[in-house]
Amino acid sequence: MAFLSYLISGLGLGSVYAIIALGYSMVYGIAKMLNFAHGDIIMVGAFVAYFAISSFKLPVFVAILLSIAACTVLGVVIERLAYKPLREASSLSVLITAIGVSYFLQNGAMLLWGTDTKIFPTIMSGSLNMGGLSISYLTLITIATCVVIMIGLTMFINKTKTGRAMRACSEDKGAAALMGINVNKIISITFAIGSGLAAVAAILLCATYPSVYPTLGSMPGIRAFTAAVFGGIGSIPGAFLGGLLLGVIEILSKAYISAQLSDAIVFGVLIIVLLIKPTGLLGKKISEKV
Amino acid sequence: MKKLFCKKYRSRTFSFVIVLLAYALVEILTASHSMTRLITSLLVPITCYVVAAIGLNLNVGVSGELNLGQAGFMSVGGFTAVVVSGLLASTISSPAVRLVIGILAGALLAGLIGWLISIPVLKLQGDYLAIVTLAFGQIIMSILNNMYIGADSAGLHFAFVTNNIKLAEGGKMFVSGPMGTAGVKTASNFSAGTLLVIVALILVYNLMYSKEGRAIMACRDNRIAAETVGINVAGTKTLAFVMSSALAGAAGALYMLNYSSVSATKFDFNTSILILVYVVLGGLGDMTGTIIATTLLVMLPEMLRFLSSYRMLIYAIVLILIMLVSNNASLKVKMEKWKQSFKGNREGAEKNA
Repeated sequence: MAFLSYLISGLGLGSVYAIIALGYSMVYGIAKMLNFAHGDIIMVGAFVAYFAISSFKLPVFVAILLSIAACTVLGVVIERLAYKPLREASSLSVLITAIGVSYFLQNGAMLLWGTDTKIFPTIMSGSLNMGGLSISYLTLITIATCVVIMIGLTMFINKTKTGRAMRACSEDKGAAALMGINVNKIISITFAIGSGLAAVAAILLCATYPSVYPTLGSMPGIRAFTAAVFGGIGSIPGAFLGGLLLGVIEILSKAYISAQLSDAIVFGVLIIVLLIKPTGLLGKKISEKV
Repeated sequence: MKKLFCKKYRSRTFSFVIVLLAYALVEILTASHSMTRLITSLLVPITCYVVAAIGLNLNVGVSGELNLGQAGFMSVGGFTAVVVSGLLASTISSPAVRLVIGILAGALLAGLIGWLISIPVLKLQGDYLAIVTLAFGQIIMSILNNMYIGADSAGLHFAFVTNNIKLAEGGKMFVSGPMGTAGVKTASNFSAGTLLVIVALILVYNLMYSKEGRAIMACRDNRIAAETVGINVAGTKTLAFVMSSALAGAAGALYMLNYSSVSATKFDFNTSILILVYVVLGGLGDMTGTIIATTLLVMLPEMLRFLSSYRMLIYAIVLILIMLVSNNASLKVKMEKWKQSFKGNREGAEKNA
């Protein structure tokens, strides 16, 4: 029974990682960049929701929408100002810029909102009891949200015109542009979706672990990055699978092996997976042409 | 002498000159008591980061593999040096000798771990390789953060996760888990740091201008072409990786022997990223640039202290702006034109003379 409840809370945490990893993976697939500032967008989303609920006493639903809107705008603005001028630059320059943006967001948050930890209000309580097993509604909603987002994104990518354009851009930007696709617009849309998802993840994360502080995003950011690579970066089902597995491994290793070493175990599993399958669980193998 | 300034070796000579000039400048300023305490406290860390960044540049710039775990190797070297110099504290009284032995031991163990890690890591490529180095860095930090090492008359004692070491009378703990090292007899100083920078430069330049070095660069530029001319790609990449981690180990040893207490979390992912920033801003494969960029960027947050809480924000903006400006296409064209006209003028002047 204990195992089952750990497993479910692992799936809950994993769903949050999966939602963040989806954003990471989409941005990577299209812009081919490791967006290290993604974790800090989560932090901004958490702060917006916190202030909307605690200070302005807005209903939770409005706060969620507000947070998503703020993050979407932030993501697009960051892309326009910092990443777009570097489209032709080396990937390392883009990486350093992303790190700069991450520092900027963290330190900006510290100045604006202070370094102290704020307690995120409880937005949902209660739990479902099934034969001695108690699952909080929050965990259920987190998992359900993640599944809905995953299915929605897959449909969006595969069925809509914009989704097709996204796939075209991720394969070959030059050819996509020749086909009349506005590549810059597609990249902006990708950043918007990724950042909006980060806001959803922020609220789910803070509802489960209710503390809000300026460096909140860095650890989930690294974890989600790991999850995205774990599942095969650039692949949407891969990010979903990677996130869930990572969450389960983290909670189970905390429960059964050692709380202090859970980091080492999570990253150890990642290394083993990459050694067996160098492009991640569901990653595509791209053979090199001579 | 003329050879030192020929085009091929000019940058190498220049980097040694810069290090020596900086050392002389610091010595003069110290002698005339015009150094603030703040800058004096930064001198050894600067040399540490320079050595680690030179090592990382060998890996990222010369060998072309992104490494996000350099800080992990620094901590391996540092903790080794603390234990070794702690064990030798009673037998060797000279701090300089202990420092040298500590640095050598740190570099050796970090190099060894680097070699072990390189076996799986170098099978991967690109961003996957980067994330595995990140993972190893986190694992090293997580392990060292839970490591307890002490010594008494019966020898060394190790413990992991829970501290169950019972030391005999007169025993001493070197490393106590999340608290990090404690009561380290400091041995580092700026002269030793400068010497280490020079040794690192000699090692890296000798490698770069040797057959192996050219092989490393060939693998970076085109792996397949390098393979077809008979270069052992895995071997040369391993060489660069091990050398890079050994240098990081030496840097970590110097760093941790500079403070009486350092915890393993000092060498986290952010430190790895910071060193990477020094390398990229200094220029990939450009050791002189690395030295200058590291020195400036370690000092920058301290120099911006008058801005108090805004300093890290300004630091971030400076970082982004440098990247945007240095990659600006129209600016590059202008620079090129300016360079051309400058060259033209000089050639004209030479002809007239």
